[in-house]
Formats: sequence, structure tokens, C-alpha cells
Amino acid sequence: MKNSLGKEIPESIEGLGKLIPYTGAWGLQDRLDEVKLVPVPAKARKPHYDKTCANLEEAIKKSQPFNGMCVSFHHHLRGGDQLIIQAMEIFKKLGIKDICIASSSLTTAHDCLVPFVLDGTITKIFSSGIRGELGRTVSEGALPNPIVIHSHGGRARAIKEGRIKIDIAILAAAAADNEGNATGQHGPSAFGSMGYGMIDAQYAKNTIIVTDNMVEFPCVPASVPAHYVDFVTEIETIGDAKKIAGGTTRITKAPLDLKIAKMAADAIIATDYFKNGISFQVGAGGASLAVAKYIRKAMIEKEVQGSFLLGGVTSVCTDMLEEGLFKSIFDVQGFDAAVSSSLLNNPKHIEISSDQYASPMNSGAMTNKIDVVALGALEVDTDFNVNVITSSTGDIMGASGGHSDTAAGANLSIVVAPSFRGRLPIIVDKVMTVVTPGESVDLVVTERGICVNPLRKDLEKQLKEAGLWVRDIKELAKEVEEIVGKPAHVATTDKIIGVVEYRDGSIIDVIRQPKK
Amino acid sequence: MKIINKAQAGSFESSDILVMVEPSDAKGRNIEFSSTVGIQYGESILAEIHSVLDEMNVEDVQMIVNDKGALVPTIRARVETAITRGRGEQKGTLA
Amino acid sequence: MKKTKEFKRRSMLYIPGNNPAMLQQGGVYGADSLLLDLEDAVALNQKDAARTLVANMLQHNKYYDAELSVRVNHIDTPFGLADLEEIVPLQPHTIRFPKCETIEQLDKVLSIVEEIENKHNLPHNEMGIHAMIETALGVMNVYDIAGHSSRVDAITIGGQDLTSDMKVAAGKDGIGIDYARKRIVMAAKAHRIDVMDTVFADVDDDEGLRKETEYIKKIGFTGKAVINPRQIDIVHEVYIPSEKDVAKAMRIYQAYLKNKAAGIGVFAVDKKMVDKPVVERAMTTLSLADIDLNSIEY
Repeated sequence: MKNSLGKEIPESIEGLGKLIPYTGAWGLQDRLDEVKLVPVPAKARKPHYDKTCANLEEAIKKSQPFNGMCVSFHHHLRGGDQLIIQAMEIFKKLGIKDICIASSSLTTAHDCLVPFVLDGTITKIFSSGIRGELGRTVSEGALPNPIVIHSHGGRARAIKEGRIKIDIAILAAAAADNEGNATGQHGPSAFGSMGYGMIDAQYAKNTIIVTDNMVEFPCVPASVPAHYVDFVTEIETIGDAKKIAGGTTRITKAPLDLKIAKMAADAIIATDYFKNGISFQVGAGGASLAVAKYIRKAMIEKEVQGSFLLGGVTSVCTDMLEEGLFKSIFDVQGFDAAVSSSLLNNPKHIEISSDQYASPMNSGAMTNKIDVVALGALEVDTDFNVNVITSSTGDIMGASGGHSDTAAGANLSIVVAPSFRGRLPIIVDKVMTVVTPGESVDLVVTERGICVNPLRKDLEKQLKEAGLWVRDIKELAKEVEEIVGKPAHVATTDKIIGVVEYRDGSIIDVIRQPKK
Repeated sequence: MKIINKAQAGSFESSDILVMVEPSDAKGRNIEFSSTVGIQYGESILAEIHSVLDEMNVEDVQMIVNDKGALVPTIRARVETAITRGRGEQKGTLA
Repeated sequence: MKKTKEFKRRSMLYIPGNNPAMLQQGGVYGADSLLLDLEDAVALNQKDAARTLVANMLQHNKYYDAELSVRVNHIDTPFGLADLEEIVPLQPHTIRFPKCETIEQLDKVLSIVEEIENKHNLPHNEMGIHAMIETALGVMNVYDIAGHSSRVDAITIGGQDLTSDMKVAAGKDGIGIDYARKRIVMAAKAHRIDVMDTVFADVDDDEGLRKETEYIKKIGFTGKAVINPRQIDIVHEVYIPSEKDVAKAMRIYQAYLKNKAAGIGVFAVDKKMVDKPVVERAMTTLSLADIDLNSIEY
């Protein structure tokens, strides 16, 4: 069957069941309002029950692991994560096979999972993203089931409606007490918000809190509260603190990124959204983060005070909070140590779950309230569809993240990207894989001009009146092709190695194995 | 018009291409080629190289090419410079 | 293609001639002028490679609306003639001639350029020449150099070489080259040609760059050379008139158009007398703000 973007989607996939084709950014809204949520598991305990376990192995054994179960993790430890590998080694030792890994995302720290994929310990993956050797291994077709790529908001939905049914959640905490009250906000391995793990703690049949920093009861704040937790254990280390969160995040000095960021900021300032009460989200690096530099300057000069910042938070955001440019930050994930400390100390800096951040079936979802978001891209096509998941060689080598969630919700969603990178075109006729549908993207800002989605004639008028370099995206794609030449088509086999789930649970695209 | 010197042009920097030529007794063009964008552009880069060699009437050459995503004007310039140097015909430069 | 004198020259971005990454992106940063450099930015054993690369880029790369200038090596070096032979047939908007000290040197360049142009059946009045003043002798001869040929439509000061020639410190305060700056500006103004200031070397000192640009704008420079794309916006911000100044210039120019139609030469705007110099200043302000004078109605 074909979805509304013309992508060929199988009726069903073994191990995943029946697939719902994508029908538009809000195509399943009615279904979402009626969908039956799975119950939160009951966790009755007798008085003075002891949740603590001597080690992770004991906690895992008590959680009664079995072949074919689903184990979840959060990815707040990013490139520094050392918990997943420790857990996998225990599963392997216990002879557990055919495991489904449901991590909020996977990073380059997870190359160590490759042997577990190859030997059949891991046979299924749900994740926002995948990179490095693990990405290459999956792209080579090593998993018997395709990887399911979800957005952060889509994952919260999938857990609540039981598409991801977590048997054991193994959640790293930077500090925790013996009841399982847990947080990422302080401790030697502090990582800030625990937003991606909260929903797991709530919905998992067994929730294990793992920390390298046991503190006296009560652990405050209880980002994950004790009443969701079954077991608590202390291990030597959850990860490499240096790779978890560095001091502060610096804005790029690369002239091209800064140029694109300045153009994006000029575009934002030219629209009606740039006024008191503006809410805003930027990325964690590159041109997307640099937009904040110019927005900050303009807010000071034009005396604009914003409402809230959202996201993925860096010290660039906490600085603007402290300067009074924004009244609050809603934080699902922090990127540096300064953010952890702000989250701990500033009451206007608020920790939220991925469910509150971006879920398509949460009436309080912050992505539905946001004015402006600046996002990155691996590829954007002339229908404004965005690929953030497959590389130019067809490998799965990226992350969906909150891309489609924020694009769908924001009043003004902006994709910032160079028009080409190392000779590879980013503005193309057709993206290889659609993660974020074009109908939810308003502007594409490149160093060679700003393209306005034809659905947004209002924006086109505002940008042109401000004298900005507005151009047709087809004309830009043609110009880019003249500069870099037409790349050879990446041939694929029929084998589906990945399924890209839109935030509402429909299938927006599938990824076929590239021919090597 | 023969390549008489071992010569090179370009660099390993991103967006550049390093072209090395050597005198060769063998007939024809022997091009050893690698590129960061070989999957997408390998064939077109080689076609571009051959086109410059045609224009410069190069028939026999031993060439090693290492591309880091150079655009066409850069590819053409580096091949031209390497061949000119290989022939010992470069002017207005220090060796 | 625009004629060379029609360019605004607030910023001129230096691009090293042997750097493909920078050459291919040079056009996207919004600099008014681009200087593809075959001289000081290129190692002595890469002069041929840079020349060929710049020639290919000039012909095939997209530089949008920017003025394209190529800085060749001095005609008395082993590289200068080969540069001209390769670049002149491609007719960039201008050729920049470095370390220009005397009109004799300028004549030599002009005659070589014209000879090459003759050989290629090219006109002698399309491509302009920028003379770069970077020695004490050049500074003393600048008035003659600036007015020597109608092809010289801008002169520029090269601060690094000049301080070295003068054996003074190249300090950020610019004291060592202050006299040279003012003398060069006055020579340019006397001949009604553009004059560009030297680069500000510390690319991380935005405030220092802003201060220096404000100063050189006040003493009369048309614009400033920059070595990093990040410096362009700062220079432009200094040169772009404030909204208040633009509004005032607009009132003056509209009143001028209205009175001209009625045959009146001197009139008042905002209770102040307006005559020809005031109107001219208003026109300069409007064009620096990117406002097309022909589009203004009254």
C-alpha cells in the first residue's frame, strides 16, 4: 500500500504486525483521541519492603528476564553511556536471547552492542536514532526485524498505547535513594533532565534504578519518584562523566553555520511571531544553536521578552533565562553541566517528560505551544520533506529526535542547513527517507537563500517585505545540482531494514537495505 | 608533452583533491582513485579527470588521485596543475 | 555583469587563492567585494596552482552579485606577469595591483594589461584596476597614482606591509598608519574614487573591529577589507545608516524631488535649510541603506 507521500509501505511486518500508512501530519488525530491506553502496572508492596539489590545482576534476576522480552533505557548519558553494555553482558550471561531493545535513542557509545546483535541476543530495536558501527551493522541487515525509528513524542505515545511494551526498564540516575527516588540533576555523573526515562519508569513491568551515587533518603528532586520503582542498585559507574556533559556549550565559530544562523534569525525577526511572549527552541549545536546568538541580540536591542524556551537545553538557553530574556525553560534533556546546575537551582527551569514535551496525545504537550523552532537536516527536498535518519550512502546514521514533533507543533518551524556539505547536496529533489513531512516545515534556510513553504504565503510576504533573500526551493535544488553535480542514485535491495514511524504511529517511510 | 617529473597538486584538505603524477613507461592512463564521495561521484570525477587529460593531450600517465569532495572547478584545476608540473612547464612559481 | 564603478564597497573579503573550500563558498557571505588573492595568501611554490584554481573558480563558481577582484603579484616578482596573463583574459571586475609606489609602475601594469586585452580582443575600459598603497613611497605618491588613469577606480591601504616598511608597530590603535590613512583618503576624494581600508587582524575582537570601522568611516573610507566572513556583518552594521538617519534622508530627498519639479533649488526640511550638499549626503545615506533612488516617489 502507498501512504499519502506516495511511499510504498507493506501491510504488515513480521514482529511488528499491521502497519498504518501515514495520511498527513494530523491524519490520525481522531484515532489518537480515542485510542485505549495500556494500564500502568500495579506495584503493590508490603510495608518496609527493601528495593535495594547488591548489584545489577541481582536486580535483573529479580525482574524475571525471559527470551523475547523488551528492555528499555534512556539515552541521557549520550556518548558517555556505560550502563547498556553492563546490562547486556548480564543478560547474555543469563542466557537471555531475542531481546527487544527500546532505548529513547542510541549513540556512538553503543558500538559495543554490535556483537549482541550478531549473536542474536538483540533481535529487535526501537530507537529515535542510531549511529556509528551499530548503525552500519543494522544497515547491513543484521537484525531479523527492522529497527523502528520513532520521534521522542512518538515514543511516549507508543509506550502509553502499548506498542512498546516494556518488561524491564533499566534507568541510569546520577543520584538515587534506597526507595528509588532518582534524578539526573546532581552527582558526579550528572546529566540534567531525566525526561526520556520518566515514561519508562511509569509503564515498565519492572523498573530498575541504577546509580553510581546513592544518597540518603529522600533523593531530591525525585525526577523519577519511588512509587514507579521496583529495584534500586548502585554500581561503580554509569558512564564517562566527560562524555555525558561537558562544562558549557559554545556556539560555533564556523562562518558558514553563523551565516545560515544569522539568515534564520533575520527571518524569524521579520515574522509576526517575533514579539513579547515568543517561545523558542533551538538545537544543541551547529547553525541551529547559533540562531540563539542572533535572536538573543535582537531581543535585547528590540526589548522583546520571551515566554519559554523548550528542548534540548544548552547553557546558551540557561544564559538567556538568567538574563531575563525568557521567563522559563521546559527541559526534557540537558547537554552540559551548566544546564544540570540551572535545573537544580532555578525554579523557572522545569524538568518535563518526553510525554509532556512532545507526545501527540497529551493535551499539555509543549511542542504544541511553541512559536518558533530551528531544526537541522541531512536532506530536505523540494516538497520540504526532511530526512534526519539516513546518510548519503543509505545507511541508518542519524536520529529522529524531536524533529517531527516540534515541526508539527510550532507556529514557525525552520530547517537550517547548508545547501551542500562536502560536495553532497542537502537540498535535493527527493529525500531518501522522510522523517518530518514537508507540510509541517515552514522555512528552509540555507546560505544560498531562504525557501518558504508554498502553504505559507503569509510568511513569504513578511520575508520579502523585510528584503530577505527568498527563493523557490526547486530553483535552489537546481542551483545546488549545478554546483555539486548529480550524485549517483543509491541502489537498495527489497529488504526493509528500518521503519520510520511518524509521531502518531503511522508509517511515514521505510528504509531498504543499501546495495554495497 | 610527456610527463617527465614526479609532481603533485592539491591537498588532503576538505573540498580539495590531491593529484599525483609520475612518468610511466606503460601505455595509457593508469589512474588510482579514492574519494570521500566515491559512491556518489566516483564516475563523474573520473570523467572530469579524463576530460582534462584529453584537453591537455595526455595519453600516457601514472596518476594517483585522493579526493576530499572537491567541486568540478577544483578537480579541473588540480589535474591541470599536476600535469603541467609533471611536464616541467609550470611558470611563475618557485619550485 | 555590473560595471565596476556601480558596486558598493563597504566590505571586501579576502579569500586565499589556493584554498578551494574558501573559494567555493566566498560568494555566500554577502560581502560587497571579493578579493581572490594570489599574492600574500599563497606560498611561493604554489603560485601556479593558485592561479589555475582561481581562474577555474572565476569561470565556474557562483559569486552572485559580489564584485570580483583578483590580487595579482607585483609585476617585479617572478609571478606577476604570469598572473596577469592568466587572469586578465577572464576580465574579473577588477585587478588589484599590490605595493604600488609610483606612476611608472602603474604604467607598466596598465600597458601589460592592455597588451593582453588586445591579444584577446577585449576592451580597455571594462575591467578596473585597484592600486594598493602599502609603502611609505606609495603613500607619498598616492595623489598622482589615484588620478593617473581612469581605470583606477579605487585605492586601498595595506596596513601590515606599511607598518613594516615604516618600521613601526602594527598596533590595534592604528597610530602608526594614521597619517597614511588620511592622506590616502584625501587623494581618493580629490579624484572622486573609492578608498578601502586595511584589514583588522584579530578576528575574535568584534568590538575592536567595530570601533576601527566607525573610525575609518568617519575619516572618509568607502569601506573596509575583511579576512574572515564573520567580520562582514559588523562592517556593514557600521556602514548601514540608522533607521532615524534613513527616515531623515528620505524626507530630504522627497522634498528635493517635489521642489525640483516646482523649479525650487533651496528649501527647508525639519526647519533646516536644504541645499545641494545636503541632498547629496541624503542620497548617499539612502544608497548605503540599499534603497533604490529611482524607486522613491514624492
